[in-house]
Amino acid sequence: MNSVILLLSITLMYSTPLVFGALGGVISERSGVTNIGIEGMMVVGAVAAAAGSYFSGNPWIGFILAGICGAIVALLHAVASVSFAADQTISGVAINMLAPGIALFACRQLFEGAAMSPIAPKLPGIVHEQMSLNVTTIIALIFAVIMWFVLYKTKWGLRIRAVGEHPQAADTLGINVYKVRYACVLISGMFAGFGGASMTIAIISQFTQTAISGHGFIAMAAVIFGKWHPFGAYGACMLFGFTQALVILLGGGDFVVPSQILSMLPYAMTIIVLVLFVGRSIAPKADGIPYIKGSR
Amino acid sequence: MAMGSITRRSMLGMMGMGALTLAACGGSSESGAESGGADAAGTNVKIEMVTDTGGVNDQSFNQLAWAGMGQLQEETGWEVSYLESKQDSDYMTNLDKAVDDEASIVWGIGFSMSDAINAVADQNPDVTFASIEGTNENSKENLTAVAFKSEEPSFVVGYIAARMSESGKVGFIGGMESETIKAFEYGYYAGVEYANKENGTSVTYQGQYAESFSDAAKGKSIAQKMIKDGCDVMFHAAGGAGVGMLEACNDSKVFSIGVDQDQAALFPEYETIVTSALKRVDNAVIVVSKGIIDGSIEGGQNLMLGAADDAVGIPEGHDKVPDDVYEAAVALFDDIKAGDIVVPADKDAFDAFVKSL
Repeated sequence: MNSVILLLSITLMYSTPLVFGALGGVISERSGVTNIGIEGMMVVGAVAAAAGSYFSGNPWIGFILAGICGAIVALLHAVASVSFAADQTISGVAINMLAPGIALFACRQLFEGAAMSPIAPKLPGIVHEQMSLNVTTIIALIFAVIMWFVLYKTKWGLRIRAVGEHPQAADTLGINVYKVRYACVLISGMFAGFGGASMTIAIISQFTQTAISGHGFIAMAAVIFGKWHPFGAYGACMLFGFTQALVILLGGGDFVVPSQILSMLPYAMTIIVLVLFVGRSIAPKADGIPYIKGSR
Repeated sequence: MAMGSITRRSMLGMMGMGALTLAACGGSSESGAESGGADAAGTNVKIEMVTDTGGVNDQSFNQLAWAGMGQLQEETGWEVSYLESKQDSDYMTNLDKAVDDEASIVWGIGFSMSDAINAVADQNPDVTFASIEGTNENSKENLTAVAFKSEEPSFVVGYIAARMSESGKVGFIGGMESETIKAFEYGYYAGVEYANKENGTSVTYQGQYAESFSDAAKGKSIAQKMIKDGCDVMFHAAGGAGVGMLEACNDSKVFSIGVDQDQAALFPEYETIVTSALKRVDNAVIVVSKGIIDGSIEGGQNLMLGAADDAVGIPEGHDKVPDDVYEAAVALFDDIKAGDIVVPADKDAFDAFVKSL
């Protein structure tokens, strides 16, 4: 029983930053803008969260600052890919190259040349002998539900999806495609920033250069795996977190499987589940295609 | 069509990842140089170090190395300076720059610079190089590679862990499984066994590898599991993943032991770090630089420095370690120095060590 609780606890902790990143991916791609730059936005969010929390003494300020900084980086992506109809993949890759540099530069400027931040106040959470749960896990779940509700039960959601499927048609009906895409990309950056924060002021309590290493890419995979649906993406992140937790519980001790093999399990399992149970994953039709008004 | 789109996107994702690695420490490619003033001691020895991407204030090896060079300057009046690498591609450029500065010894700090320093040393056979944590790949005469006997401080902190554990269980988290990290692991276990023998206790130990030096969440998860299993002192050799362990120990108010540097001083907010297994990069830089200049250290070697060279240790601050335990631990270093204890660095040596107790 105790092991089950620990398994659940690790699953939730591990998947939380991924969930934020994946939600960011879903909202952006639903509006038709591919966001490869999630990783970069998460890195910037991670350093902003640690710095905001450290200097203000209030982790919530760090959390909000992370969202704002993530959105600022996303603005670059939006300007390039929405206003200037640039290749969205290239813009995203550029952000992934730029962001770790920005983060490290900011860290060195703020913390006297150090490549990592001092320990910053952490967001609240429950730490119990058997179970630990951070508030970010709950926030992530709430955001997933809100996003599902907005996307599938409201007028705005319909507009976002319409813009992602067929922007020309949406434009004809009086929806401002550019505005919708701008909003979605900024929200995407905000979520990615939260994802970074849920690493640096929840799981650990400082920014390090390696705090975000690949989380954004796993989140991107989760978006596709989850069929561009908030709950699908949430589930994909949970599955990944669960297999990681399983690996951790199985590993060590006298377990005979070498840990290198074991550590491949989350990735292998994700592929197997994708192939066997999820089936065809169909992207929003206009995903990744810049919209130019008047073009057909 | 849809599948095609997935393939294309995944590939681009991979490219993105590759690009990220390349640019991991990107930003600016300029390299800052600062020079310590040359003393008028009538010497023209000039020692220059090249940092890895951590930079000179990395709170780790680079900073320690620079501190060592500062001390070296005070003691000898030699001129010292450093070049900071902002990204991996700066290594060669900076090493070449140090060669152009006509430095008597060019230090390359950090394992990640190993390839670069070997290449530059091959190109400049007349220049003397030294490396912290690198390897001299083809025993070239002009390169001295310095590594540390990490099993020795690990042994001592293992001893401290066993003495301080109340539950009788201690844990170890490794980064990636390799000979280097195994040295920490078996040194640590040997320390526990030694303490058991000395005090008639039966403290048990368990270890697990995160298979990552960066995944803090994984380090934290493994630590949580071990804490649930009853471990009440934890040691790591897992870099960024180990940060997660320190966090978990602090959350659960369980003792932890830092690695490489004095992590209790580095993270004063973590109240549960009792001690650290130190690599004294500062001392190593001083000892080896002096040795190379006065000729007592011949080039071309892969040096393993340990307690005998004062290149490993534990911090003097020990407000969480009882005095008698601390003194016994310090005394162990003397035994290691004297050769009375030979600390095992791998499984076979460890088994033999346990039998010999």
